[in-house]
Amino acid sequence: MAIPKDHLLWMYETMYKIRCYEDKMAEAYAEGKSPVFNIGAGPVPGEMHLATGQEPAAAGMCVHLKKEDTVTAPHRPHHHAIAKGVDLNRMTAEIFGKATGLGKGKGGHMHLFDPDVKFSCGGIVGAGIPHALGAALAAKKKGKDWVAVAFIGEGAANQGAFHESLNMAALWKLPLIVVIENNQYGISVPKAASTAVSSNDVRAAAYGIKGYYVKDNDPIDMYNVSKEAVERARTGQGPSIIEIETYRYLGHFQGDPEVYRDKNEVTLLRQKDPIIRLRNYLLNEWGVTEETIAQLENKATAEVDQAYAFARESDYPKPEEALEDVFV
Amino acid sequence: MQQTKQRLLTGNKALAEAIRLEMERDPNVFVMGEDVGVYGGIFGATEGLFQKFGPERVIDTPISETAFIGAAIGAAAEGMRPIVELMFVDFFGVCMDQIYNHMAKIPYMSGGRVKLPMVLMTAVGGGYSDAAQHSQTLYATFAHLPGMKVVAPSTPYDLKGMMISAIRDDNPVVFMFHKTLQGLGWMDQLDASIGHVPEEAYTVPLGKANIVREGTDITIVGIQMTVHQALEAAKRLDQQGIQAEVIDLRSLVPLDKETIIQSVKKTHRLLVVDEDYLSYGMTAEIAAIAAEHCLYDLEAPVKRIAVPDVPIPYSRPLEQFVLPNADKIFQEAIQLVNE
Repeated sequence: MAIPKDHLLWMYETMYKIRCYEDKMAEAYAEGKSPVFNIGAGPVPGEMHLATGQEPAAAGMCVHLKKEDTVTAPHRPHHHAIAKGVDLNRMTAEIFGKATGLGKGKGGHMHLFDPDVKFSCGGIVGAGIPHALGAALAAKKKGKDWVAVAFIGEGAANQGAFHESLNMAALWKLPLIVVIENNQYGISVPKAASTAVSSNDVRAAAYGIKGYYVKDNDPIDMYNVSKEAVERARTGQGPSIIEIETYRYLGHFQGDPEVYRDKNEVTLLRQKDPIIRLRNYLLNEWGVTEETIAQLENKATAEVDQAYAFARESDYPKPEEALEDVFV
Repeated sequence: MQQTKQRLLTGNKALAEAIRLEMERDPNVFVMGEDVGVYGGIFGATEGLFQKFGPERVIDTPISETAFIGAAIGAAAEGMRPIVELMFVDFFGVCMDQIYNHMAKIPYMSGGRVKLPMVLMTAVGGGYSDAAQHSQTLYATFAHLPGMKVVAPSTPYDLKGMMISAIRDDNPVVFMFHKTLQGLGWMDQLDASIGHVPEEAYTVPLGKANIVREGTDITIVGIQMTVHQALEAAKRLDQQGIQAEVIDLRSLVPLDKETIIQSVKKTHRLLVVDEDYLSYGMTAEIAAIAAEHCLYDLEAPVKRIAVPDVPIPYSRPLEQFVLPNADKIFQEAIQLVNE
């Protein structure tokens, strides 16, 4: 069945917006950190994990999701948050540590929570999978057709939480989808040095569920397998695993010396960039005009610019507000 | 000139040197953890070891803390001396069963017949906006539970000497190193993170506090960052004519009660400073020791500075508000001395 054109345009706009957002975040993060890099300095302090290059996973899955569907994300969460429709102004303000942020400055970049669109993320590897399992359980108990998607890195598939959650999801036939973004490295450790199987979709067999594999960061393939997995989940056919072969262009965190990989690796990856590939596909196969593409790109850029302006103009919380919100 | 002869190392290099020396001495010593290999540990604790000893003895693991910490227990029971790194202490949550129900209890439950000579080393501390899941110290969480030695050195000299002691100890040792005291180029630069470290192997005992500044008017007890903050405060107090005695605990388990008691008997005032949470923590333990052993020597109530029972917030003004610092220690000490 042909893909609806508006889905493809949404995916392009979303992927472009993510790229734009992360590029701008890399710049903001670098502010105040030169000539001497200090992780705690500048308007955006702390660890910063950017998803540049990993856009297809988020866009190809979230295009199929509704507001009522749940997404949990890991420590590298911006692309998922953007694709799920998290309030971009408040998300950016949170990352800048401002009072107008999603968590009033308490959470930061790894701890973004937007219950309005059922999005959350966290800094502990694999921890979001059982949360998504619980959301899937709640959907089933409530008799809704909502699904829950846990995005994780390939390293998280070696955590107990992954196996425990999938077993339960399969046992109870819950609408859980685990999307494994194999960006090739768990910080410095290449996947082949951490994982006994060459791709994690085969682990689906251990739980009698569906496993899908998306090669070479392909947005269209990601769209198609996600569509099937979401439909299966919505119609009571149980959980799935999707592993996508993806790439992080940047370090594990900003400031990562990347001693573990060839500097040329990223140059080659950027030559087959998924955003450029999708752009060409839209132009060549779908007759989308340069003008339409430009409109989408301008819209995305404007939204991102607006979010950063909002974050920068917002005030910091008062120091004593640190004592609030321990209990509700 | 004495100083020109000093061999200066950062905290992380002192740690890595201790491990290297013990690995050279004892083939049973090996290292396991996430990114301990080529990367050299996220906080540099295993810098250079992979290049020297190779992947058989410096082993990068999958992100599977329950499995690799549990495996260290199994290997230790076989007489190996594993050093396992939990990248951030905050990650204890995914593997605490292995740490507490097994590592800490097996020697006891076996009536002492099973020894677990292993070191669980882990990075602690905040102050650089790494938020609630990457900034804790959790000293008391570990120290509360019997069966593990828990140490937290504050200087490169002690990092090396106590790591060697920890590796040679036949008990499980939780070895906490403070990120900011590792002397890493990409974090805050502190003079205290660089210090004199002799080239040869030497040991610093586990369970002995260190009086790092002698004084007569008030005792300030700290550990890791709060020791250095207390020393800074003590300099300012000196200008006000107040002589603070500063104690670096170095070890939470065993705890050197005697040094604390003797100091309080001398100064008659006690301020305890901790980067961990306030309630049920190290500050309460030290205060209880003073109450039990030298209450009538105190001329004023014991005071405590610690994180006020909230998770560590991300935003800089919020985090700075909850963490101890030299200024807070100075203010509290002035008040206490004037009481």
